[in-house]
Amino acid sequence: MNSVNIMIVGVGGQGSLLASKLLGSLLLEEGYDVKVSEVHGMSQRGGSVVTYVRAGQRVYSPVIEPGEADFVLAFEKLEGARFAPYLKTGGTLIVNTQEIDPMPVITGAADYPSQALDALPGVNVEAFDALTLAEQAGSAKAVNIVLLSRFAKHFSLPYESWTRAIEKIVAPKFLDLNLRAFSAGFTQA
Amino acid sequence: MKKLLIGNAAVAAGLYAGGISVVSSYPGTPSTEITEALARYPDLHAEWAPNEKVALEVAFGASLAGKRAACAMKHVGLNVAADPLFTLSYTGVSGGLVICVADDPAMHSSQNEQDSRHYAVAAKLPMLEPADSAECHDFAKAAFELSETYDTPVLLRLSTRVSHSQSIVEVGERAVPAAKPYEKNIEKYVMMPANAKRRHPVVEERTRRLAAYAEDCPFNRVENPGQKIGVITHGAPYQYVKEVFGDTVSVLKIGMPHPLPDKLIRDFAAGVETLYVIEELDPVIETHCRNLGLHPIGKEKFSGIGEFSQATIRAAFGLPDPAHLPVNATLPARPPMMCAGCPHRGMYYTLAKNKVTVLGDIGCYTLGAVPPLSAVDSTLCMGASVSGIHGFLKASSPEAAKKTVAVIGDSTFMHSGMTGLVNVAYNDSNATVIILDNSITGMTGHQQNPTTGYNIKGDPAAKVDLEAFCRAVGIRRVRVVDPYDLAACDAVLKEELAAEEPSVVISRRPCVLLKSVKTKPALVVDAEKCRACKRCMGLGCPAVSMKTGKAKIDPTLCVGCGVCSQLCAFGAITEGGEQA
Repeated sequence: MNSVNIMIVGVGGQGSLLASKLLGSLLLEEGYDVKVSEVHGMSQRGGSVVTYVRAGQRVYSPVIEPGEADFVLAFEKLEGARFAPYLKTGGTLIVNTQEIDPMPVITGAADYPSQALDALPGVNVEAFDALTLAEQAGSAKAVNIVLLSRFAKHFSLPYESWTRAIEKIVAPKFLDLNLRAFSAGFTQA
Repeated sequence: MKKLLIGNAAVAAGLYAGGISVVSSYPGTPSTEITEALARYPDLHAEWAPNEKVALEVAFGASLAGKRAACAMKHVGLNVAADPLFTLSYTGVSGGLVICVADDPAMHSSQNEQDSRHYAVAAKLPMLEPADSAECHDFAKAAFELSETYDTPVLLRLSTRVSHSQSIVEVGERAVPAAKPYEKNIEKYVMMPANAKRRHPVVEERTRRLAAYAEDCPFNRVENPGQKIGVITHGAPYQYVKEVFGDTVSVLKIGMPHPLPDKLIRDFAAGVETLYVIEELDPVIETHCRNLGLHPIGKEKFSGIGEFSQATIRAAFGLPDPAHLPVNATLPARPPMMCAGCPHRGMYYTLAKNKVTVLGDIGCYTLGAVPPLSAVDSTLCMGASVSGIHGFLKASSPEAAKKTVAVIGDSTFMHSGMTGLVNVAYNDSNATVIILDNSITGMTGHQQNPTTGYNIKGDPAAKVDLEAFCRAVGIRRVRVVDPYDLAACDAVLKEELAAEEPSVVISRRPCVLLKSVKTKPALVVDAEKCRACKRCMGLGCPAVSMKTGKAKIDPTLCVGCGVCSQLCAFGAITEGGEQA
């Protein structure tokens, strides 16, 4: 791998922090220069949130612009559609099909765009129900690990590198749950 | 040891390595994590002060006592601390004093986009500006040395992208210099006119010496000299320039934006064919270049508004962006909003229902301004709700007092709302001030404050008695109400608006995101009872929707606060258990 640009997108409060922390730790361990960027504060209150993870021999910019991402990991369908233009041609959108209504949909000013993933030419879309897989592993909160495990399948690192990173980052009492969730996402086609 | 750290944590590690003994700050995005990270070390004093002015004065006191000290704040916090800042430039320091200030280009979580570099120029203070976490660490550490060598406070300027981006840091070992013994020095530290007149020339001379130092200091550097294009840049924009051009242009990276190195800039300009200044926000470096008689390309191509990125640089140079799918502008936006179960919602609903004019303030509760509640009429700065309502009523007919309130959070009230309340009582306006007391500093991520009863380390601390405080300043009508109880909110609001004297309503319930708050099971809608009147939708709760023609409550978001069920005239919203 020369370099990789990954975006993690979702709704404030969904727990993208753990995913970026884990990715950052793993890539650092593998010897890459790494930058991870996120925004704190008001946007986190139920708004659209974005984290950028970049790794390579030398990384300058901490942000990713449209057409630069190799992967977009989306915790929510609409957010996946919103950030799909950040993918390179041939890039991959890994998206949880869960729908969380934004305020314009709640108030009736707009409809939820349930078909938004249908017309994304030139990028690979892997849409799946990560929430159910996480719940089967023991908790809806493990959605982040399930998404990461799907991403791991595309990435040329051994399974053990991932589980080591999980052991390093996750609190001991949640370790079993997260390892189960990772295995569930990794093994399920 | 190599670590992946956000800029703010790296600043903390650098200050720690540099031997900091005291840090005092007020939280403010994007600066908050500096002080939070320092508070985790056992061998220094860390605290949340009530505001940035207090924080800087605490740091001054620690410096006067001979120890290294710091404070951290957001850009607008430095406005609050500007009073001590300008005169600290005259007194200088004993122990090293570092003032970290984090700007927020693009206003991710701020009310304006001011450029703190102007403060360095105006207060005649040296300023350092790192561009990644490694520099955050190194510059923070070096700032103490610079402070003591030149007898001056040092500003450390950050921005959202530098503060909140993680990159690799080599963390240094802590070395605490011996404390300087306290020595009385009236001429240096008592800034009355006779002494201040003697200190001002010292400040001017110090700036001259610092300008000479800037010419070959470790903070400014030239990369790849001899290229046709030369770029003078700083901070986060340096990374974007390197991302686009790599080593194909000459770069003068400014890590010390004040004072700027005249000769270094002139020599750099002389060595290139075309000179650019690429800086975020205001043309500080560019203006300096023009004063030197240079003619760089700057703000004519690079906006003074918002944040840059590699795409900004590409666009300005006419370079193509990589191919990508078109951005779909028809997708519904997802703006931030108050959380499900937020205690502010019940009070805002009551205010909106009573069509009250609301002078608002800074915090999570600013989100009361967004639809469907749209309940806030103004937001200016910390504390402006309470001072503002006083002026508003003085300039309005007496009837205005019957339909106008100020709303302010508990932490913001401590920061600078309480002085406004003293003014309301002293200068006699019939204001109704609502303190939205959620028992925490919410927006910045749950920091303790003087009303919570805990300090920065979570240890029990003195707790401001808000009711007693309000009475003590001369407010006789002080009411406490639970914002989850809509009938009580409505009754208290009507009574206090009608009262012929000023009053304070404390709307009290802890933030629902606090771990100590026990939430209830999600409520459910009885679809047969629901008449789809949409009354519950008026709350703007993210857990309540009406997709299927009937109200629906998202069980993953609902915390059972019960506010929507109080609104339902048909008894359709109930506790889940009763439905089973």
